[in-house]
This record gives sequence, structure tokens and C-alpha cells, in this order.
Amino acid sequence: MGLEVHVELGTATKMFCGCTTALGGDANAQTCPVCLGLPGALPVVNAKGVEGAVRIGLALNCEIAEWCRFARKNYFYPDMPKNFQTSQYDEPIAFNGHLDVEVDGEVFRVEIERAHMEEDTGKSTHVGGATGRIQGADHSLIDYNRAGIPLIEIVTKPIVGAGARAPQVAKAYVAELRELIKALGVSEARMEMGQMRCDVNLSLRPHGREKFGTRSETKNVNSLRSVERAARSEIQRQATVLDDGGSIVQETRHFHEDTGSTTSGRIKEEAEDYRYFPEPDLVPVAPAREWVEELRAELPELPRVRRKRLQQEWGVGDHEMQSALNAGAIDLITATIDAGAPADQARKWWMGELARHANESGTELDGLAITPVQVARVSALVAEGSLNDKLARQVIEGVLAGEGGPDEVVEKRGLKVVSDEGALTAAVDDAIASNAAVAEKIRGGNMGAVGALIGGVMKATRGQADAKRVREIILEKLGVG
Amino acid sequence: MPGITREEVAHLARLSRLELSEKELDHFATQLDDIVGAVARVGEVAAEDVPPTSHPLPLTNVMRADEVRPSLTPEQALAAAPAVEEQRFRVPQILGED
Amino acid sequence: MTAAALAGAIASGEASAEEAARAHLDRIGAVDEKVHAFLHVDTEGALRAARAVDAKRAAGEKLGPLAGVPLALKDLITTEGVPTTCGSKILEGWIPPYDATVTKRLKDAGVVVLGKTNMDEFAMGSSTETSAYGPTGNPWDLTRIPGGSGGGSSASIASYQAPLAIGTDTGGSIRQPASVTGTVGVKPTYGAVSRYGLVAFSSSLDQAGPCARNVLDTALLHSVIAGHDPMDSTSIDAPVPDVVAAARQGREQGIAGMRVGVVKEFAGEGYQAGVEQRFREAVEVLRGLGAEVVEISCPHFTYALPAYYLIAPSECSSNLARFDAMRYGLRVGDDGSHSAEEVTALTREAGFGDEVKRRIMLGTYALSSGYYDAYYGQAQKVRTLITRDFDAAFAAVDVLVSPTTPTTAFPIGERVDDPMAMYLADLCTIPSNLAGNAAMSVPCGLAPEDGLPVGLQIIAPPMADDRLYRVGAAVEAALTDSWGHPILEEAPSL
Repeated sequence: MGLEVHVELGTATKMFCGCTTALGGDANAQTCPVCLGLPGALPVVNAKGVEGAVRIGLALNCEIAEWCRFARKNYFYPDMPKNFQTSQYDEPIAFNGHLDVEVDGEVFRVEIERAHMEEDTGKSTHVGGATGRIQGADHSLIDYNRAGIPLIEIVTKPIVGAGARAPQVAKAYVAELRELIKALGVSEARMEMGQMRCDVNLSLRPHGREKFGTRSETKNVNSLRSVERAARSEIQRQATVLDDGGSIVQETRHFHEDTGSTTSGRIKEEAEDYRYFPEPDLVPVAPAREWVEELRAELPELPRVRRKRLQQEWGVGDHEMQSALNAGAIDLITATIDAGAPADQARKWWMGELARHANESGTELDGLAITPVQVARVSALVAEGSLNDKLARQVIEGVLAGEGGPDEVVEKRGLKVVSDEGALTAAVDDAIASNAAVAEKIRGGNMGAVGALIGGVMKATRGQADAKRVREIILEKLGVG
Repeated sequence: MPGITREEVAHLARLSRLELSEKELDHFATQLDDIVGAVARVGEVAAEDVPPTSHPLPLTNVMRADEVRPSLTPEQALAAAPAVEEQRFRVPQILGED
Repeated sequence: MTAAALAGAIASGEASAEEAARAHLDRIGAVDEKVHAFLHVDTEGALRAARAVDAKRAAGEKLGPLAGVPLALKDLITTEGVPTTCGSKILEGWIPPYDATVTKRLKDAGVVVLGKTNMDEFAMGSSTETSAYGPTGNPWDLTRIPGGSGGGSSASIASYQAPLAIGTDTGGSIRQPASVTGTVGVKPTYGAVSRYGLVAFSSSLDQAGPCARNVLDTALLHSVIAGHDPMDSTSIDAPVPDVVAAARQGREQGIAGMRVGVVKEFAGEGYQAGVEQRFREAVEVLRGLGAEVVEISCPHFTYALPAYYLIAPSECSSNLARFDAMRYGLRVGDDGSHSAEEVTALTREAGFGDEVKRRIMLGTYALSSGYYDAYYGQAQKVRTLITRDFDAAFAAVDVLVSPTTPTTAFPIGERVDDPMAMYLADLCTIPSNLAGNAAMSVPCGLAPEDGLPVGLQIIAPPMADDRLYRVGAAVEAALTDSWGHPILEEAPSL
């Protein structure tokens, strides 16, 4: 298995021109002669892009090239304005690194072959097809706002020996890499927005064979969950083909979120020949050693180190920490704690209720419409007794539905724990009266039956009663306890 | 050195996105074969220990600050487009992958 | 009138820029039907620019040394709002939304751009015959080629349609046209003039430069367009040598004590007798001016042509990939039955001429896996060897000289379908493109057998462009004295 991850750098401008990279602009409003590939236009390297590449390289324990060049990768595609991609070929800026990831408490070292700089393409919308996909489309519309945004492509060496755990290793690697990128502050690395994209290359080695078989490339796997699913489904597909005596075709495959499986892309009539050559419009990049060392010294606490520290602070086990990592929850939990929530509460909300919502809506946690500050506020409302867990869940639902912040939702939905003694007492009286048999059992010492009466009261108050106080009143009324 | 055949020209034309006619294939095969035969002379001199020169200038690290400059307006960007729809470049059906 | 004199007259108020522009536009109207130097004449834009210069003068503002002087711009250089076709059908009607840095500098200096000049398609050629818009005639003999690729620029100044012109030189496209039209042309040191807005043919070789009827005017134009540009990563960030002072110095003080090397390899078979004769005489003139003349061998120069015809096509195959019918330019076959890929291939087939197709395919071949090392890789090594030859030569001499081109202007049509014969026209000019140094062509007489102009090529080390002007101006002054008039006065009237 080999993984190729593309990360869009969060620079203010594109890699080779001064157009803004801000999201959400009008179509083709963020283009210029350079990124439109107009005749005569020339690229100039964004220094911040090089810095981002070096920092990523250093964080991945790579060697940083003393001298490297950009190259042209020549192929025609309508979303690529010059019909060559300015990339790096045999002289990447960073190479020979590694990233340690954990799977089931075991450390797995993923060797990094290279990290190189390149540019993104424009975005096509396919019109006239049934599904918006390219197949069957009548024509396409291209917006070049994304064309030229700096990309760092990080390529692993072949990951061998992971066996059946390969899909988990893939997911853990991409998760770890994403944490690293975010910690470096070079990109927000939001996969759902395409800021981080993964290609999974897979080939199998049948038992007893020395060589791996033909590989397939699964392109643009755009969520953490999909990385694992795509790897798993591709392993299964190849295994089935081989078991049936078939052979694997070298091809590009596409992963489909809905079915969780891959389908074949177009098989090329001729082998790709990118005709790489050194980009004559740019001069070599030669990062000064002192500068590289300065950047090395400024590297932030690396995610694995930070996680060890947080794990201690939060008092949780390896497994919980790994789950938080895989869910992309670590920064969210940390921010929630920073906003005043106790660690266990912050973790509970993000990994429980919110993870469930994210899963249901098919987004990542950080894609949910709720902020750590809001989660901390919910937690505070529970702690002060204004909300119970059940109500808190409704508040969260309200926030996610865009009804406002926690306090606003409480207000609008009228969600408040009933602690008015008179109302509670009346509700308890009603419950005892309509459940005389249960009341009798409790009087007889069967404390387990109290729950049923509490349930009645909660039902009558639409869940808004303070359950602890209800219990006390019941026991008082029945003269037990 | 192998000569340039008609098939080779057809392959080069595909790579270069040129829809050559049958007549052109023959014509270019002859000419390109001549030219390649002549330029192959570069193989006579350059030895192992000669480093390649890809560029006449010995410059390195020419970069710009990460500062936003004004872009073209969408109208300017699209002004020369053969076809436009929804403020985007309209192109025929793409056969490649998505 | 020289550009320098015209600028002086405009600055002093003896003439207005508008009058100058009108006079040249009238000349274009009178003779360009025959010469076909221009692809597009921007009458309105020229008059507007001229009036702006006149208004500036009237307001008492200081004018630059070429303010108000008209100029012809090669159609390879982008001009905002004015068509730029590169002599190709594929860009017919394209109006760039931006100015090249060269265009901007000219405008800022008050130079009046009359229009865009004809050229070989995408600068690929040595005769201006590969233009999709028909050939340009040589003002000395309209049935002959004006050189190429910048034949339109040279023909425009040789026929007095403009006193100044801009060319671009990838393998000789400024110098060879200058040579065969009896004008002056300079390829500055690579990186001296910004390439931003020059439609790229071969990025590591292309360089824009000045064309004029005499060395001093060429120097004045050189100093307007040269200088660092942050929009071009390959632009040299260093002061431009004072080429104007050097031209004056050469004319007034000569070149006593300078060491001149005659390139041994550029003679013999393939060289027209009259060209060699005029060249030898020019060398004697240099000696007479006090230069120390020696013969210099540059053994690898004979490999320059094959190296060039691998490197330039390789880069062009990539540079011209952007002409794909998607964003601008021609689109053919978009009738709903063809895919984007097919439309691209149909458009490129219809929009590119034979020479462009040949070079694109040749370059595609040279860069292909399996051939890269033998062709592109080897060519780059030859480039190193040629640079070493130059380094050794310039350790011994200040400048090198040779004929600019082996023959005088050949008849239109003679070599058009014989690429190898056509390529020989650039035999002497190519080494300087490969090594990136500076070179000039200056007229050195008419070949006795055909009465057509012969050019002397002067070659200087990188960033020593001033030496070209010093030597060029000295030779020009001595020869003009001996003839009793500038060479162009011998040209037939149109």
C-alpha cells in the first residue's frame, strides 16, 4: 500500500501568482494571466509556499534538499490552464522521512518517500449527466479560482506488512498527518472541503509469493472514514479477482461514498508519458541551511507528543485517545476544555452525542455547526443544574439546527429543569396516585421500583424535572429512606 | 538511433493533441526522420562528466512575498472564452476521469 | 531622421509627437500593402499616446529620451486591448487583458506604439513565411524574405514605417532579420529584458530586444526596455550597463585596444562568398580602428544547431500546450458531437501551421521517456560545452565577431518546405541563445553578387551588452563614413 496525500497550503495567495486563495469567491473572480495560463504570463514562486513545504518536510523527519527545482508535468486536461502542472519531479524539496502512527496501541512507522510542491487545478462542474458525474455529462463548466493554489504532495514509501490491518494503518496515517498539518498551522486540512485529499495505491502479495501484484490507484478519497473503507474495499476486490483466477489491471479507480466501493476509471489506451523537464520559467530553490534550522527550531509541539501530554491531563487510556484522534476531536476537546468545561465532559460530548451527529450527517466533527465554546456552555448549564443530560442533548440539537447558541435554544424551546417544589410535589402526588401498586412495593422496601415513579414524573414534566430532587420527594412522601 | 516511423508520428500527434490527416502523417514522418537524424549528432560530444545546463542564468531562490494582488475581473477572465455559462468556461464533454 | 533626433525635436517643440505618429501612419498606409510588415495598426491608440506626450510637454513635464517616437511591436508581445496573434490562426482575434512588461515600459517612456508586426508563427522560422497571415517582403527586394521570425519588425524600420521596433530572439529572430534588411538588432543578455508578456516559444532562450536603423537609437531603446522585473523569475536583478554611453563612446572614441576574436567555425562551406567578403572587410575595419584581432576556436559551436533544435522544440511543445480551445483563441468542432479532447486536437490541427506542428512533435519526441536522455539530456550537455567555449573565448577577447547569417536574404518560397535548409539561417546566432550572452547584428555592406545587405554579428559576455554598442557604433561610423551615407539609402524606394 502506498498513500499519496495532497494538502492545500493555507497561504494568502496562490503558489505562482498574487491571486487570493480565499474560499467562496465568485467563479473566476480569483484569476489572473498567470493562473489562467494566458499567453505570455510567467510564474513567480510564493515564498510562504516554500516555507510551508519545508516545515511539513521537517515535521515528517525528512531531509530538506539543498537545491531543487520545479518541473513541468505535461498532460492535457481542461481544468489545467497551461496543460502542464508545475510540480517537482526527481528533485523534491523534502525526502526520506517518516511518521509514526498508532494502531491498536501499537506503533507503526510509515516511511515517507518525499514531499514536494505543486499547484492545484481548476474545478469542473459537469452538466447534463444524471448524477453530476463526468460520465454521461453533456458539457462541463470550469472555474479556475482553485487553479494555482499551492499543494504539497506527500508520498509514502510502500507500506508493507500491515496485512489485514492496512486499512486501519491508512486511516491512522492520514489522521496523524492531518493533526500534524494543523499543528504546523500550514493548512486547516479540512478533508470535506478538499484541502486534504488522499489517493490510495494498493497491490496484493499472494501468500507464498515474493512479488506484489499489479497495483490500482484509488483517487480522491476525501474523508478519514473513506480512507479506511476505500482501502478495505479495494483489498477485498483485488483478493476476489485473484481468488477467481483473474488478474488486476493497472488502472485508476474512483471511490464512492454512498456504496463504500470503488469503480474503474477510464483505462488509458497508452501509458502516461508526462515528459517531465525542468521548469524553465523558474529558477532553483535552494533553502539556506540556517533558515532550515531556524524553521526546525520553531516547529510546534508535535501531535503525538502533545497527545501524550493531553492523555495524562485528561486521564484517559490509549484507546480513548486513539478514538479521539481518529475522530479528529483532539483540538475540539482541547478548545472546549479551554472554554471552561471539565475534561471528561468535553470528551463525553464530542465523542458521544456530537460524534453520533457527525456520523449521521456524514461530516467530520469540525464540520458540525457547533463551536467548542458552545459545547462548554452546554456543559456548564448541566453542571449548574439548569439542564439535565437529556435536555442538554436537545439543546445541542437546536444549536446544530441553527436555532442559535445554547442559551438561545434553551430560551426558545423552553428547556429548563423544573425545580419548582410545588409543581414537582404535585407531579409526584399524581404519580403515586396512579401507580398505587408500585408505591406499595416501595413502601415495602423495594427501592428498585423508585425508577418507575421517577419515569412517570419525568414523562409528566416532559423530561424537564430535576430527577435527583424528584427521587428525594418520592422517598419523603412514601416515608422511606 | 531508431528512425521516426509513421506510427511514431501518429503517437506523437496523439500526445500533442494534433488531429493530423493521413497525408500529414506521411509528410511529417519523412521530415521528422530527417531532422531527428541530424540533431542526433548531440550524442557525439557530450560525455558523462559534462553537467547539463537547463538554464543560462545561475540564479536561485527568486520568490515573492505572500501578498495578494488584484485579480482580473471575471468579465476580463472570460472575455476571450469560446463559450461561457454561469460565469464559467464552458467546455465540451470531458472524456477523462473526474 | 533618427529616433534620437526625432525625440530631440519633439522635446524641443520643433515637432509634435502627433505629427510624428501621423507621418508614420501615413507611411504605413502608403507602403505596407507591399511590405506587409504590420498585422495590426493601432491608429487610434498611437494618436492617443502621441497626444498624451504632447500634452505632457505642453505642461512642462520632463520627457524621456524616446518620448513621442513611434515604434513597431512584434506581435508576440501582449498589448492590453490590442490584438496579439503571434502570427497564428489559433490566436486570431485574441485581445490580451494585460500589457507585457516591455509594452508597459514603452508606454511609460512615452514611446508611441503604432501597431503589431508580422512574424513567423509563434516565432518559429527564419523568414516570416510561417505566419498564418502571409509573408512579409524584404524592402530591399520584395520577392525575398525579410528574415525571421521578426521579419515584420525589421522590414518596418527598413521601410521607414517606424524608426524603432521590438523583436524577440530565441535563435536569431532579431539579429538575422536585422542582417538581411540592413538594420541593427540586439539580443540582450538573457534575463536583461523581462519576458513577462512575451508569448513563450522557448522559455530558456527567448529574449526581447531593440531594433533600429542605427546603433545609438538601438541603445536608447535598449535602455528603455531593459531592467529588473519582479514578474519574471528569470529577470536579472542588477543595473543595466550604460549602453547609450557605450554607443556614444564607440562612435566618438573608437575601440582602440579592444580585443576582438573571429570565430573560426563560422566560415567556409555554406557561406555565401559575398557575405564572407564583407565580413573580412569589416574585420579589417575593426583592426583599422585599433582593435587587436585574433582567431578564436569554439569547437562545440558546430553542435549548437542540433542542440537548439532539441531544446527549443522541447520547451515549445510544453509552452504551446495551453492553446487547447478551452479558455481563449480558436475553437473548432464544438458541435456537440466532439469531446473536449477531440475539440482540442481538431483546433490545434486547424490552428497551427506546419512548422509549429513539426516542432511540437519533435519536442514531444525529445522529451518522451526513453528518448529524453539521448536527446534533451544530451542537448543540455552541449549547452554546457558551448558555454564553456564562450567562457574560454571571453577570457582571451572582449568580443567575438562572425557573419550574422551565412547568406543574404533568400527568395520567398525557396526553403519553406525544407526545414533543415531553413534552420541553417540561424547557424551563427544560436550559440548566444544557448549560452545566454548578448549579441548584435550591425550592417557591414552589400554582398557584391546580389546587392543585398550583410550583417556583422558582435557577441559579448553576459551583462556586457555595452561592449556590443561600443564596437557596433565604431564599426557603423567607420563604414558609414566610407560609404558616404547610411546603408539604407541604397535600398530601392518603394
